[in-house]
Amino acid sequence: MMGNGGDILYRMTHGGRHRDLHEHLVRDPRNVIEVDHLTKKFGDFTAVDDITFDVRKGEIFGFLGANGAGKTTAMKMLTGLSFPTSGTGQVAGYNIWTQSEMIKKRIGYMSQKFALYGDLTVYDNMQLFAGIYGVPRAEADARICNLLERLSLVQEKDSKVGDLPQGWKQKLAFSVSIIHKPEIVFLDEPTGGVDPAARRQFWELIYEAVDEGITAFVTTHYMDEAEYCNRISMMVDGRIGAFDSPAALKKRYGAGSIAEVFDILARGAKRGE
Amino acid sequence: MKEFNAFLRKEFLHIFRDRRTLLVLIGLPTMLIVLFGFAISTEIRNVSVGLCVPDGDMTALRLMDKIDRSRYFTYVASYQSEEDIDLAMKRGEIDVALMFGDGFSSGLYSHDGSEVSVIADATNPNNASMEVMYLSSIISGYFREEFSAGMSGQTAGALVPNIRMLYNPQLRSSYNFVPGIMGLILMLICSLMTSVSIVREKETGSMEVLLVSPVKPINIVLAKMIPYLVISSAVLVIILLLTIFVLKVPVAGSFFWMILVSLIYIILSLGLGLFVSTVVKTQIIATLICGMIFLVPVMMFSGMLYPIESMPVPLQWFAQIIPAKWYIEATRKIMIEGVSVQYVTTEILILTGMAAVVFAAAVIKFKDRLE
Repeated sequence: MMGNGGDILYRMTHGGRHRDLHEHLVRDPRNVIEVDHLTKKFGDFTAVDDITFDVRKGEIFGFLGANGAGKTTAMKMLTGLSFPTSGTGQVAGYNIWTQSEMIKKRIGYMSQKFALYGDLTVYDNMQLFAGIYGVPRAEADARICNLLERLSLVQEKDSKVGDLPQGWKQKLAFSVSIIHKPEIVFLDEPTGGVDPAARRQFWELIYEAVDEGITAFVTTHYMDEAEYCNRISMMVDGRIGAFDSPAALKKRYGAGSIAEVFDILARGAKRGE
Repeated sequence: MKEFNAFLRKEFLHIFRDRRTLLVLIGLPTMLIVLFGFAISTEIRNVSVGLCVPDGDMTALRLMDKIDRSRYFTYVASYQSEEDIDLAMKRGEIDVALMFGDGFSSGLYSHDGSEVSVIADATNPNNASMEVMYLSSIISGYFREEFSAGMSGQTAGALVPNIRMLYNPQLRSSYNFVPGIMGLILMLICSLMTSVSIVREKETGSMEVLLVSPVKPINIVLAKMIPYLVISSAVLVIILLLTIFVLKVPVAGSFFWMILVSLIYIILSLGLGLFVSTVVKTQIIATLICGMIFLVPVMMFSGMLYPIESMPVPLQWFAQIIPAKWYIEATRKIMIEGVSVQYVTTEILILTGMAAVVFAAAVIKFKDRLE
């Protein structure tokens, strides 16, 4: 069981459920993201330098890299916030150059900053995003009820989001980002500033979403979290320095953990933190 | 459409949940109208008058009596000499004094005539000139009555100017302030509140989430503006009601055009707010720009406090680009003078043009930002 080392580790350390990754991947072998020689330049500076990779349906894809390595820029191009300088890509089967409107309907996005509205209630926030993504009213109500129960936030339905503890906010933000059942959810450092216990619960939510067929595209700083991913890509200076499953990477670099792999790769980096 | 409604609902929720801001938005215009209407005015009232009559002259005392009875002046005390008056002014007892020369009454019937000096404390030059103006008009009025009633002297046949104050016969300052306050408040609500509310989303990061969502950017902006359009329309109605029923300033001209001109001005201000929000990144800077760069010129160069005609020429030119100047001018014409709309076409056209330019610039800039 080489491919799901992260999963076993997770189960052992946190008592989470076991998921059989291979079965999952065989069931649906299509790619939901295909990126082909994507480049983004800002003047003389090449933020993203000719990257090529793919993300399979239903996997947890870890997008790693130091600050300034070009993660955010790459993610912006995939989510339709900016256009590449050259290269092409497809997200959920749509071209990032010409069909960003179609892409936007099929993806969810959770920002690095907490981006729900603190002065609105839990229910209002859910209702808003269900509305923005065009979830039909009756279905939106059902999904909101379901989410509230799953997050055990039924009591807090009418409390303001700003008054919730940080860990709950993060979980709520994630749930809101998949309220329209997107094909792919982009998570930009979702567990920043969250305590270890809450991080574990958060990953449990990601697993649940993936079990429902949503693909998770996660950027993170925490190398232990990288172990939970099916495959990871490590960006160094705008390029993809390594790209494989965590177990394969550890084997290739003869490292005991992903953190070590990252150190080996980062040593060659020119862009500082 | 559904997404737009969901978003619009959220904008209203933001505003109505934030009771304090809402209270300020509604309370501020009310307070300003009442303050400027009653408490703060350029009219003079309760001016303390001192008197210096050397020999208890009867005419002088009767004149003083008339002055004391007017609602602007109050007789305080008599003084012996100019030095006494000076001291009393320094002590703050009196604001203005009348000093009659020796043999005032008898002098009136001689060829030399007689003299009365009006001495005013000109620390505040505006007040001093108003006091002197009011006093002289009471004095000349008194002698006109005395002489035309009693005997035929040289004064009776003299030239008497017949002054009529049109449109505001009682010279009430509220006539001047109401259009000014409308120009100020509407600009404040529309530009400041809109820009801050858009920039806030940038600051918290929720704008990013919205831009990734299928909501069209132009709809985000429109949904932000609609609640402020509603609030400023409500404020407009409040101001008009207060003006008519509390300040008793009637709207002399067409109500329809009054509202229409205000709506153009509101849209123009919303556009300014949007423009600011596209160029700044923090709420503080948005507030500063709207507060300093928009509101101060509204106060100084719109003709609300100081007449534009008496400014140096470059400042007069500058005043022409202040939207509030045109709005206040148009409101004065419609509200106070009550002219028909063809005399306000210039103002309406200029405001419409400005609104179009500002909106176009804001939308272009907003699109730029996304890339």
